[in-house]
Amino acid sequence: MTSVSIRDLTLKFGSLEVLKSLNLDIDEGEFLVLLGPSGCGKSTLLNCIAGLLDISDGQIFIGGNNVTWAEPSERGIGMVFQSYALYPQMSVEGNLAFGLKNARMPKDEIAKRIARAAEVLQIEPLLQRKPAQLSGGQRQRVAIGRALVRDVDVFLFDEPLSNLDAKLRAELRVEIKRLHHRLKNTMIYVTHDQIEALTLADRIAIMRNGIIQQLDSPHEIYNRPVNLYVAGFMGSPGMNFIEGEISGAGESSFNFASTQIPLSRYPFVRDDRPDKAIFGIRPEHVSCGPAASDEPFSADVEIEVVEPMGADTLVWAVLDGKEFRFRVDGQSPLHAGQTVRIGFDPAKASIFDAARELRL
Amino acid sequence: MTDVTTLDAPAGTRTAASPGLVDGPRGAKPKRAISPRNIMIYGTLLLVSVYYLLPLYVMIVTSLKGMPEIRLGNIFAPPVEVTFEPWVKAWATACTGLNCEGLSRGFWNSVRITVPSVVLSIAIASVNGYALANWRFKGADVFFTILIFGAFIPYQVMLYPIVILLRELGIYGTLWGLILVHTIFGMPILTLLFRNYFTSVPEELFKAARVDGAGFWGIYFKIMLPMSLPIFVVAMIIQITGVWNDFLFGVVYTKPDVYPMTVQLNNIVNSVQGVKEYNVNMAATIITGLVPLIVYFVSGKLFVRGIAAGAVKG
Repeated sequence: MTSVSIRDLTLKFGSLEVLKSLNLDIDEGEFLVLLGPSGCGKSTLLNCIAGLLDISDGQIFIGGNNVTWAEPSERGIGMVFQSYALYPQMSVEGNLAFGLKNARMPKDEIAKRIARAAEVLQIEPLLQRKPAQLSGGQRQRVAIGRALVRDVDVFLFDEPLSNLDAKLRAELRVEIKRLHHRLKNTMIYVTHDQIEALTLADRIAIMRNGIIQQLDSPHEIYNRPVNLYVAGFMGSPGMNFIEGEISGAGESSFNFASTQIPLSRYPFVRDDRPDKAIFGIRPEHVSCGPAASDEPFSADVEIEVVEPMGADTLVWAVLDGKEFRFRVDGQSPLHAGQTVRIGFDPAKASIFDAARELRL
Repeated sequence: MTDVTTLDAPAGTRTAASPGLVDGPRGAKPKRAISPRNIMIYGTLLLVSVYYLLPLYVMIVTSLKGMPEIRLGNIFAPPVEVTFEPWVKAWATACTGLNCEGLSRGFWNSVRITVPSVVLSIAIASVNGYALANWRFKGADVFFTILIFGAFIPYQVMLYPIVILLRELGIYGTLWGLILVHTIFGMPILTLLFRNYFTSVPEELFKAARVDGAGFWGIYFKIMLPMSLPIFVVAMIIQITGVWNDFLFGVVYTKPDVYPMTVQLNNIVNSVQGVKEYNVNMAATIITGLVPLIVYFVSGKLFVRGIAAGAVKG
């Protein structure tokens, strides 16, 4: 069943169109991540769903009700903000109770809900403290609790982990995922961090300039990006892009400089073959050393720079005049100036039309 | 590889092996108490302080002397015989025209003017500022611009039109007329103050409160108000001193029996009949200035905190 539906949503600030006739259906219990660079409209979209921004056109449905004109508190949503947004003068308990008191809920029911949320989030010992006395991770837990006590169907997260340090972020990320497994609410999560998106999401919507570029499972988005933008945005270090031409109809190949990459294994999704194309292969899909020669394509590259990152090592090399990065095990003894054999399977590659930047 | 061997050598040999490094400064750099820089700084501060405090000193000293001693002319000399007579006279028996109740009547008038003016203007301005900062209504910018423009119109231009306005309202010459004028004239600067403060409050806090179902007044009273004590103190200081020290509006819009303290002080000091009682005048002036002075001393810390607001984190 659909939990949140967005129909032709348009938002304009003056003459600037921030969201352009956007459609989105989110299933009940789904974890959807809105991913994109800053200024792509992902937070704006979330604010529209929350009712904190008045939209210019379109409709928003939550739980089957048209909430396009409803107040934020009437929409059945809970929201968690990047800056936690805890009320500084109230205790943790007061923060959790605030929304319930506004809804004129009986006192014993409020106490019951706070106790339950505190137990789920393990913040019972903190209930009498003020937000200023909490650490960043504890604050964000309380902020999640504030959404939890309201017993809503849809949770909205606006970059909730961006203010935390890397270690805490990883911990809370897992906790949010656990929470989702336990509560089975619909969750919409805005982030610019692709690791968060890949780890948390059932589906990811990649946005750019107010338009959803691709809405798919993390696996599909990572392996089969629909356009050059998505391919370049996902993955760190980013995909290698090589410009060249496609030749041959049956046993086609991708050609650049003096190199030919056979494409017989590549699953084309379109039939047209433009003159100019861009070949993309992820650094982690390249193998190096003895295994390289067994791949459908292999070649010698000269290493320019080696970046050891602990678990693995990123190697910057030159493949027939083009910059080419690949990832090897952290223990490999490669060093700059060396020439090594690399190889990859073109079936794992992504090829794009250079003019329209769409996947071929 | 030779470098490595040097580093591995015992500490003693290392010092000996590096002849370029002689024993020299170590640890924190010593600071001299008397340096040209310090002399300049403290000298200037001292000079300026004396310059500002000397008049106050003369006032206090003179107010504690009797008239015969003042006639000797040594205005900087401390009183030979300390007397509080002038203070008592200034407060209770000094005459303005036919009235000989001293400053006390003016003091209570000023209190009755200041308290409602301050409360009213701050109550209205804080809601104004809150609405302008958080509830972006249509025409908010125009409204704000007009309000700020109001702060730059010279008072003199508006003096007479307001006389007519108050007359038509039937409150010309009354305390409430003056209170209304103070409230209106405090509005631009106070609204600006509150708007800027509320703008510095994280917007997400306001959004969270809306998701939690709080309305316009709910957010104002339960979220914004408890967070903004420093800015209320700043506003209070500005308004209390402004209203208390006001002379122009007091003399134009009130009648003798409701004159505020400043106007009465002027009438005592500038009375033409009889001897100039310098000691009484000085005492009266200090008494009049006492209220703003106390306000500054009591709330100085909060004032600074409010001015530096925005550094306040949730």
